[in-house]
Amino acid sequence: MSAQNKHSDSYSDIMAFVQHEHGLSHPITVYRSASDLTLAVPREILLDTLTKLKEDHHFVYLVDIVGADRFVEGDRFEVLYNLIDLKSARRLIVKTLADEDSPVLPSVSSIWTNASWHEREVFDMYGVHFTDHPDLRRVYLPEDFEYYPLRKEFPLLGIPGSIDLPTSTPDQEASS
Amino acid sequence: MMEVEQKASSPTFFKKHQESFYKSLEDKHTTLEFEDNQDPLNSRMVLNMGPSHPATHGVLRLLLQLNGETIEKAKLDLGYLHRGVEKIAENKTYQEFMPYTDRMDYLSPYSNNVALCLAVEKIAEVDVPDRAQYIRMIGAELARISAHLLWLGTMVMDSGAVSFFIWTFREREKIYDIMDQLAGHRFTVSHARIGGVANDITDDAMALIKEFVQTFPKELKGFHSMLDRNRIFVDRNVDVGVVPTDKAIDLGATGPILRGSGFAYDIRRFEPYLKYDEMEFEIPTRLEGDNLARYYVRMEEMHESIRILRQCLDRLPKGPIRANDAKQAYPSKDEVYYSMEGMIHDFMMTDTGICPPEGSEVYHAVEAPKGELGYFIQSDGTGHPWRLKVNAPSFRNLQVLEHSLEGASISDTVLIIGSIDPVMGEADK
Repeated sequence: MSAQNKHSDSYSDIMAFVQHEHGLSHPITVYRSASDLTLAVPREILLDTLTKLKEDHHFVYLVDIVGADRFVEGDRFEVLYNLIDLKSARRLIVKTLADEDSPVLPSVSSIWTNASWHEREVFDMYGVHFTDHPDLRRVYLPEDFEYYPLRKEFPLLGIPGSIDLPTSTPDQEASS
Repeated sequence: MMEVEQKASSPTFFKKHQESFYKSLEDKHTTLEFEDNQDPLNSRMVLNMGPSHPATHGVLRLLLQLNGETIEKAKLDLGYLHRGVEKIAENKTYQEFMPYTDRMDYLSPYSNNVALCLAVEKIAEVDVPDRAQYIRMIGAELARISAHLLWLGTMVMDSGAVSFFIWTFREREKIYDIMDQLAGHRFTVSHARIGGVANDITDDAMALIKEFVQTFPKELKGFHSMLDRNRIFVDRNVDVGVVPTDKAIDLGATGPILRGSGFAYDIRRFEPYLKYDEMEFEIPTRLEGDNLARYYVRMEEMHESIRILRQCLDRLPKGPIRANDAKQAYPSKDEVYYSMEGMIHDFMMTDTGICPPEGSEVYHAVEAPKGELGYFIQSDGTGHPWRLKVNAPSFRNLQVLEHSLEGASISDTVLIIGSIDPVMGEADK
């Protein structure tokens, strides 16, 4: 709250960066919701933009990667990158969209190593694939699970029989 | 602990999961061979720790590829405590989700309550009275001390001194008693409410907190004198599990891990919430980045928490403890029981809840005992969040663990886990 007000003028270099990119074929839009400044970046220039943000604007610390299901046709999934500039103490959120039929985004784990697990979580929960990811496995659920539970169509109570459960007696075979 | 040769050939559970795990241990740096003719002594093996291992602080499973006693590669298996709280949150009102936050980082429930409240209050633009903010700070700092005390006990126990655990639990017990008086629950407190806190601080609770603030520094001094120059403890921890500063930032370390590696990043200073901008306190930081550095950081954080508690007690203002707006907060029980409007408002809050503006999104973080605990909320204008994401510090620190275990000795594994201090309830969500 107070921090954002204090630093509201400190985003001028980001605005200049966005202005500079604006004339290109994939424009970046900027908005501020209830909290931090958010850049909506098309996925074609995502990797490029994030690399520039890290190298030219000192966003060296990746806090979180959030997946979300907008439940619309076309660009259904959104992925948000929560970045921190440790030099001038400011936060920036970069948002990009992924397609419903082929949810594929470039992996940013080459930029920030810790993106690896966060991307695995988004993959686990929404089925968004990340290309060039070093180790794209599910992070919470077992590989045998076929569904993506945070998608809106997944029922709250789960799907019966979708996962092996331990038996109550040790000698029995695992039921499926 | 057990060898995995047999398991690898015939896993009974989650067959694909286990296979992918063993496959992920193989890469260009390492090869995994279960019957190696070049290695008749079997010094290369895969050690499976957990998920039910007493030293892993919960249901953490580690697969360690060993060469002799050195860990060549480590893989962590999470999710044994995955309950899908983010899915649950999408089907509950914001206030109904509060008890679930208690069970995320169950060692410091109060911090979790405050984190959720602050995020919801930010997105729904609720103003919280000053007195409630001070009470929240008191609760959050007590929770920090309580979480660090548990870490201290278990970490010293991991280093070999079992009785120390009982001494730190004696102090922790006092905080439970305070929480009992303050919130009505000892463990899962759910004391913070959206728009304020559940009930005002009672005289009994006040007396207990004052007594604790008086007596605890002496106990802490005792802990220091027992450990700071303890040859066994220091030798066991110095230069173990080193995370250099640049690596800590690149691996996304947070909380005491990042501060122990030399970067003074604390949300209470970085993005002050509640009244922390009015408080005087230091951010303990160490440069070494080893287990001992994290020990000092956490010990000093307890000192700073006491300092903040003292300032809170001095400055605690009088006034209401909840926002006086029926659209933003639950009315007080007096109002509910004795007026019709109060009852209707109570019903509406339970049925519909607080409705942030449609399409708005917010990220709000607090400095929980384990590090930056953030809540990301997207609203669709109804009383339920469209998306609620918990940014759990333990999850991020466990990723650091995976990297910092590589090259470590097998005998230090348990100690390094202890100094990372993960809570699986939070990491697994």
